[in-house]
Amino acid sequence: MLRAALALLAHDLRLARRRFGENLLVVGFFTLALALFPLGVGASPDILGRIGAGVIWVLALLAVLLGLDRLFQPDLEGGGLEQMLLSPAPLELLVLARCLAHWLGTGLLLAFASPLLAILVHLPAEALWALPLTLLLGTPTLTLIGSIGAALLAGSGKGAVLAALLVLPLDIPVLIFGLSAAEALIAGLDASGALLFMGAFLLAALALAPLATAAALRLALG
Amino acid sequence: MLAVEGLACRRGGRLVFEAVSFTLEAGDALVLSGANGSGKTSLLRLLAGFARPAEGSVTWLGREITLEPAEHAQRVHFLGFADGVEGQLSVRENLAYQAALLGGGADTVDTALAAFDLAEFAPRPARELSAGQRRRVALARLLAVPRPLWLLDEPGVALDRANRARLEAAIERQREEGGLVVVATHGDVRVRDPLVLELGEPNPC
Repeated sequence: MLRAALALLAHDLRLARRRFGENLLVVGFFTLALALFPLGVGASPDILGRIGAGVIWVLALLAVLLGLDRLFQPDLEGGGLEQMLLSPAPLELLVLARCLAHWLGTGLLLAFASPLLAILVHLPAEALWALPLTLLLGTPTLTLIGSIGAALLAGSGKGAVLAALLVLPLDIPVLIFGLSAAEALIAGLDASGALLFMGAFLLAALALAPLATAAALRLALG
Repeated sequence: MLAVEGLACRRGGRLVFEAVSFTLEAGDALVLSGANGSGKTSLLRLLAGFARPAEGSVTWLGREITLEPAEHAQRVHFLGFADGVEGQLSVRENLAYQAALLGGGADTVDTALAAFDLAEFAPRPARELSAGQRRRVALARLLAVPRPLWLLDEPGVALDRANRARLEAAIERQREEGGLVVVATHGDVRVRDPLVLELGEPNPC
């Protein structure tokens, strides 16, 4: 059972390595979109420093949403989903493996890229570890929630925009607490409450999202 | 072994077929025929457990498959119209992944590739293969992981004569070993002494 899930994880990571350019596009979007903000609101370090953490978190959320339509759609169109259903591993476990692979190719990259972006918007030195820390805790939850929208829309022919509309309201608590934690850490305040909430969101998403996603995939195939 | 009783299928409110009944014992083969849209693929999907019938039942050794979906999933090989082959992976990587996903080992991969004359293509990226060669990679999956029930939807599509003969030999071996084969085909794959189920004209309402 576990072997089949590890096989899917290894398969997805191998594909991600061969499509590394596609994952870099997500980071490219993250960086370029941030570079537009000084043009829009002015390059004043005061303004950028005040909104920087929030902008980086919102862009990370949007970047995670970008790749969602490819989470299950190719399997549904290419016949891979039938094979997943015939695996000895429960579909929920395979969904978890798929989400982990997706997060390693997006959320983890975004977390690693965030210190560079923090420098671009004149955030204080504390942001260099506070942003990656909160993104490491928040982006897996975003991926897991996003997998539900991706599965619901798989087979419907609707694109990423509708997936984003479905998923964005569910992402709002993660954004609020992720940003609160990042700003508290940057200001040198106690962020343990917000971080604990984020941990709770992650645990809840780990427990519930694979169930909902697998149910939606079974519906899409049936 | 596999018994279907009074099966009906609806898609989008349309009755695709109804009152379909048959029983297959070890070594049997069933050929599904009928016009496009008559429900051959839908019937295969019901037998695989991917969808629930509108009416009727599918049982394996007397147990309804809907009551034991996980056990039934491990009995079935389903070869649909899409071949499930990833173009960016090599042929061997594709088959090794599919075998591992289905609970098989890596030791049967090369034998399965050789059975469909794919050994020389093993290191090549699947995107370089023709449609027929990709189909053979999908067919090799049947041999890489032994399972008792093969559900094949137009398995001969894009195959040349020599590879259709390999497929027919694989079906024959599966039956000799006590497995069951259900094939939806328009006649391009020959099966020895099959039961034949002719599905009716598609119902437009």
